[in-house]
Amino acid sequence: MSQPVTETVPSLDGGADQPLLQIRDLEVGFETQRGIVPAVRGVDLTLYAGQTLAIVGESGSGKTTTAQSIIDLLPGTGKVTGGQILFEGRDLTTLNAREIQAVRGNLIGYVPQDPMSNLNPVWSIGFQVEEAIKANNIAQGKDARLRTIQVLKEAGLSDAADRLKQYPHQFSGGMRQRVLIGIGLSSRPKLLIADEPTSALDVTVQRTILDHLATLTRDYGTSVLFITHDLGLAAERAEQLVVMYQGKVVESGPSQEILANPRHPYTQRLVAAAPSLASRRIQSVKHAEAKDAEIFSEGSLDDTLLERASKREHAAPADELISVKNVSKLYKIRKQGFRHDELLAVNDVSFGVHRGTTTAIVGESGSGKSTVAKLILQLESITSGEIKFDGQDVAGLRGAELLKFRRRVQPVFQDPYGSLDPQYSVGNTIAEPLLAHKVGTAKEREARVRELLDQVSLPSATRFRYPSELSGGQRQRIAIARALALKPDVLVLDEAVSALDVLVQGQILNLLTELQTELGLTYLFITHDLAVVRLVADNVCVMQKGKIVEAATTDEVFDNPRELYTQELLAAIPGGNFEFGR
Amino acid sequence: MPSKNITPQGHYVAPLEETPVAPIDKLDESQKARSTWADAWDAMRRRPSFWISSVLILLIIVVAVFPTLFTQVSPTACQLSQSNGGPVAGHPLGFTRQGCDVFSRVIHGTQASVTVGLMATLMVTLVGVIVGALAGFYGGILDTLVSRLGDIFFAIPTVLGAIVLMSVLPVRTPLTVAVVLAIFAWPQIARIMRGAVLSAKNSDYVMASTALGVSKFKILLRHVVPNAIAPVIVIATVSLGTFIVAEATLSFLGIGLPTNIMSWGNDIGQARTSIVTSPQVLLYPAAALSVTVLSFLMLGDVVRDALDPKARARR
Repeated sequence: MSQPVTETVPSLDGGADQPLLQIRDLEVGFETQRGIVPAVRGVDLTLYAGQTLAIVGESGSGKTTTAQSIIDLLPGTGKVTGGQILFEGRDLTTLNAREIQAVRGNLIGYVPQDPMSNLNPVWSIGFQVEEAIKANNIAQGKDARLRTIQVLKEAGLSDAADRLKQYPHQFSGGMRQRVLIGIGLSSRPKLLIADEPTSALDVTVQRTILDHLATLTRDYGTSVLFITHDLGLAAERAEQLVVMYQGKVVESGPSQEILANPRHPYTQRLVAAAPSLASRRIQSVKHAEAKDAEIFSEGSLDDTLLERASKREHAAPADELISVKNVSKLYKIRKQGFRHDELLAVNDVSFGVHRGTTTAIVGESGSGKSTVAKLILQLESITSGEIKFDGQDVAGLRGAELLKFRRRVQPVFQDPYGSLDPQYSVGNTIAEPLLAHKVGTAKEREARVRELLDQVSLPSATRFRYPSELSGGQRQRIAIARALALKPDVLVLDEAVSALDVLVQGQILNLLTELQTELGLTYLFITHDLAVVRLVADNVCVMQKGKIVEAATTDEVFDNPRELYTQELLAAIPGGNFEFGR
Repeated sequence: MPSKNITPQGHYVAPLEETPVAPIDKLDESQKARSTWADAWDAMRRRPSFWISSVLILLIIVVAVFPTLFTQVSPTACQLSQSNGGPVAGHPLGFTRQGCDVFSRVIHGTQASVTVGLMATLMVTLVGVIVGALAGFYGGILDTLVSRLGDIFFAIPTVLGAIVLMSVLPVRTPLTVAVVLAIFAWPQIARIMRGAVLSAKNSDYVMASTALGVSKFKILLRHVVPNAIAPVIVIATVSLGTFIVAEATLSFLGIGLPTNIMSWGNDIGQARTSIVTSPQVLLYPAAALSVTVLSFLMLGDVVRDALDPKARARR
């Protein structure tokens, strides 16, 4: 185990050695009815001019709160309760509102997380950029307009002059984030705080945006403070890492060193759980012939996923449980009057899923992957083509037949906050499918609920609780338990782990793999995250604009991608070039 | 790729005893289980205005059901000799122009006013919830028809419509007044319910239940309505007060309850003639009306805060 290591305190003798930003023993709390709840507890952090530093942590670790306290942007009742934030030797916590305003924007720029909600939809892009330029006294009058065009050009919008009059809804997510980065850098600040700047964007867009951001900040000599939950991204983009956990810094240092030699147990966990290209499938599939032969021992999460991947075994494919043939889905989008546009969400898609295996459908937003899931679940009707489940065409199913199909194919959705009825206790939620299919007596149902909770590793007392009391990961376990209640053959997992923190995500992926071995389940895994695919899938279908561009086994797709698009996707995985933990 | 130069900060590791690592995503079993409604109750319980309004409303209901508990003086035993007289022993609030006891009339008038308010609210809520839920959930032609019908009624001011309808009705009882008010007021609740149902039916848990094989109607009953009812409860509580006002308005205009049924509105209407000489005759029923309406508004306010999901998140 690691020994506490004392930090080499940088000299404070000024000159070139003086850090740009030094946070000392920072304490931030939120006032509630029950007193002050601490969110940041004694954080130390040092950033030198021209450096890029990333704060990494799971949700609730205090990483965003730390960043917000630097420029006095703490929401609601939050306030700094102790410590110092020294920026060029000046303590920012002692400044009044007017003084901090002069620092904010001018000396320290900020790029917010969500490009969708951080531009005002009623003002044009040009107006909003100009507003920032005027507010920071960079230029006034006619010069401000010229500067606006220049800023947008630098941000990577080629036809900037024509786009000034456009509104945020006419920009894609990536373009909006470019605008926000442009605003953040417009005054050539010495420090740029980027709070999860690309977590709402597709991987390929994320990559180009981050590349662009890196080029700009290098050219201007701007220091960057990155806030991210993604260890791979942090390692790739920052030379210095600060790992936060429960409001405290657990480890900080050069990123290469931390990744190669994580010393704090929490960092070790993070590194072990980080999915990357180097990883392999977590566990073996249970094959049809060798039912009881080998059930692999469950590994603890502290093992690297790599170790368990080595336990993997190849098996001859079983029979095809789901077969999708030439399926298309056409949506009619109503426009003004009686006219409508047609959108081909799924275009002539064919693939098969073998019993007991996991097939992943990967694609960026708008690729039609979720629509495919809905078509298979019979939540939407297909426009043309054929979906067969266990040899039976599912399109014509009605009444009792449909109910039987529903019993065998169960979904788990992305948003663990939305997929459970907040008014229902956990026990009632899990028992609902049993009730709907009139399975067993009340007593038998309760016994089954306990058994299911046990299967997803939750104490049986959880059944009295309500979703609002549970964390995202716990809710997702409940959703899985509900899906398993009727002993289905297939689970359709629509981005089932995308909203979770990396450690919780690893835990759920382990659980899914264990359940697959134990119950012989077939998974259809819909995701945008290729790194996760490698951990769980046997086969991959890569979708782009409604079409399957590449379909093969996971190893083939990862080791030997044939299509350009697949190669781009693979290259865009943050931290893909790193070997974690070894 | 970042440059591989050695950074001056060094490698720092927090001492383990200061930063113990908790098990990943462990369920906190120390807390008590909480449903939405239990939470709402907890939030309401802490508000003084909840207790003030509840006690007042309870008192008003007791007065409405058992008026004789509070006064033995008959409200109809009037002596013209006492016309507009001031308070005397046994008659604490004085007399009306007809020489009736004001206190007794205020007490006995409670029943009609509260009955109209309760009945109208009940009818409006029932009709509004059913119509709004069906329209919002099933959509299509039903939704279009119901929404346009609601718009037509919505366009008619409640009191104006009630005046027209009441003036042609042969019988006027608390029930007819309540029905007439409900006819013009249901679209408000229906609209709110429809909107709430629309947003609830698009939630993931409804899709999950569909995929589990739960029938559409059961989903409406079990998942959609319970999740959409909160704003309706708030509006219903507030509108109870406004119905009492509407009844008083109609009675004041002489087309609400007939004069042989005692109500605050009637009394206010009759006191109008002597407002200059003896304002107290008008003041007391008006005060009773205000306190009642205020109590329901106050309760509605507390209920709204307690059921507001955004406020819940802040707690």
